[in-house]
Amino acid sequence: MFYRNIDEGKVISQEEISSGIFSLWIKNEGAKHANAGQFVGVYPNSKDTLLMRPISICETDASEGKMRLVYRVAGKGTKEFSGLKENDSVKLLANLGNGFPVDEVKGKCIVLMGGGIGIPPMLGVAKALKGEDVHAFIGYRNKDLFLSDDFLPNCKVYIATEDGSVGVKGNVIDALKASTGLKPDVIMACGPMPMLRAIKQYAAENGIKAYISLEERMACGIGACLGCVCRTVKKDEHSHVNNTRICTEGPVFDAEEVDI
Amino acid sequence: MNTKVTIAGVEFKNPVMTASGTFGSGMEYSQFVDLNKLGAVVTKGVSNVPWEGNPTPRVAEVYGGMLNAIGLQNPGVDVMMERDLPFLTKYDTKVIVNVCGKSVDDYIEAVEKLNDSTADMFEINVSCPNVKEGAIAFGQKADALYNITDKIKRVSKKPIIMKLSPNVTDITEMARAAESAGSDAISLINTITGMKIDIERKKFVIANKTGGMSGPAVKPVAVRMVYQCANAVKIPIIGMGGIMTGEDAIEFLMAGATAVAVGAANFINPKATEDVVNGIERYMISHKVEDINEIIGCVK
Ligand SMILES: Cc1cc2nc3c(=O)[nH]c(=O)nc-3n(C[C@H](O)[C@H](O)[C@H](O)COP(=O)(O)OP(=O)(O)OC[C@H]3O[C@@H](n4cnc5c(N)ncnc54)[C@H](O)[C@@H]3O)c2cc1C
Ligand SMILES: Cc1cc2nc3c(=O)[nH]c(=O)nc-3n(C[C@H](O)[C@H](O)[C@H](O)COP(=O)(O)O)c2cc1C
Ligand code: FES
Repeated sequence: MFYRNIDEGKVISQEEISSGIFSLWIKNEGAKHANAGQFVGVYPNSKDTLLMRPISICETDASEGKMRLVYRVAGKGTKEFSGLKENDSVKLLANLGNGFPVDEVKGKCIVLMGGGIGIPPMLGVAKALKGEDVHAFIGYRNKDLFLSDDFLPNCKVYIATEDGSVGVKGNVIDALKASTGLKPDVIMACGPMPMLRAIKQYAAENGIKAYISLEERMACGIGACLGCVCRTVKKDEHSHVNNTRICTEGPVFDAEEVDI
Repeated sequence: MNTKVTIAGVEFKNPVMTASGTFGSGMEYSQFVDLNKLGAVVTKGVSNVPWEGNPTPRVAEVYGGMLNAIGLQNPGVDVMMERDLPFLTKYDTKVIVNVCGKSVDDYIEAVEKLNDSTADMFEINVSCPNVKEGAIAFGQKADALYNITDKIKRVSKKPIIMKLSPNVTDITEMARAAESAGSDAISLINTITGMKIDIERKKFVIANKTGGMSGPAVKPVAVRMVYQCANAVKIPIIGMGGIMTGEDAIEFLMAGATAVAVGAANFINPKATEDVVNGIERYMISHKVEDINEIIGCVK
């Protein structure tokens, strides 16, 4: 479902779902054509800012043509977005990146892992795989959970918190290790780099296929500037060096193929 | 209404080009822009062999612009000729291949390979401030610039444009060196070396420490340098640096540029190049300019 355009989105609703974490529903054309794990570039309006902000598509309602973005206020751009109200317009570069290979993993034992602000795109994956053998491991700092209830109708949910206030104390891998008897064939993950590195290693040691979603600073978002690259194990087909564009060939990669 | 301009015998349907490195080889932005509407597509810098570029982060937003230290990652001239140039020949626009290198021999090798390609001109990047291994010297010393221009001019079968660095004390000295060595045109400005520090993490934001600044905030510097060069040399000038709109482009033309290039604006508005073309036409209509050449260098 390749769709690429400058969408004039309209805000349907926005809500602060946890301290500093906002959930924004937008009506836009791209929502009808999105894959789970793709992202959009949201343009701030303020002249203080210029570049689009890459934000993952959390989930979509294709029939209604709306998408949900869940983001943390991190700086100028996201601060501005947090002030968006119903009926405001938002300019989006949609849709960007490849998304998770949901069709390839059907019929397998699938573990989804999301850490912190890496949780939102995993909800879209859980929805796309509803009815499959899916286990979502989601990790938070403390009991300020968000989106955990949204996963419940779609898959089994396992929670980890760093301070142990809810679920397993530790990270998502600790929670997976604690779930004895669960033998995943595939892991799909998004989260901070240390978590993704640990997942890559865990998957390699246990013979599990892993797909991880990476982040990097971006300028164009469409593969033209070469700002957002990641080291690769083999020579990349497009760049002819050991670098691949996260915005275009990613953000989701087979963990074995990237050198992180 | 005439929007055609000519540089070194090459005719462009209008003076709007893409700035090297901000538009790939046109393929990505062709989803947003009709390449047939542009005067020329200037490709990402290409070297004799593939280059890996710098570690990340490579880009950062700054007030009024951005820093980049891509480090000239490119797939090498062979891939450019097999994949990118055939794509561009499908369009009715001129193609300028931007060439970079770490030594004079690198440049010569790339230019010799490209001599028989479909490219209309070469733009020689001697000013990228991010590659430590010598490229900096060509663009920042007049005698080195003279020398490399002369050597490339001797082998090139196509007109050459020497692209000047703004990171010099006197830009006119550089422009004169390029002209006297036989360059057919000059383009300016490349990025201005900058730096950004993350005060929370106490670290440089760009892995390379420094990055080239571009975007709207650099425009006054660029317009000034174009004006100075236009008064110092007779060869045509391609002006760039912070162009976002048709009005911005008109400023460069009035300062003495024969053509302009649009860079960072593509990231801010993927249709920027086409918008600049339309903006220039609107200006010409509203100000009753019959021929774009009338306004080139009109402000003395
Ligand atoms: C593919 C991808 C998906 C993402 N998905 C989400 C998501 O679903 N929810 C969410 O909260 N965040 C997400 N992020 C991170 C988000 O892009 C940044 O938090 C955001 O750009 C910060 O912008 P700002 O203006 O608030 O911060 P500032 O610090 O003011 O931004 C300055 C510049 O740095 C860039 N930048 C800052 N932090 C990051 C970062 N972590 N990654 C990339 N660029 C950054 C900005 O885009 C901007 O160009 C994603 C990043 C990528 C690359
Ligand atoms: C991401 C990026 C990559 C660039 N790569 C090149 C390059 O490969 N070769 C080159 O000559 N200039 C390169 N430049 C410089 C631009 O072509 C242009 O000279 C400069 O950015 C000023 O124009 P602007 O303010 O419109 O961006 C690059 C600029 C940017 C922002
Ligand atoms: S952000 Fe420009 S290539 Fe990815």
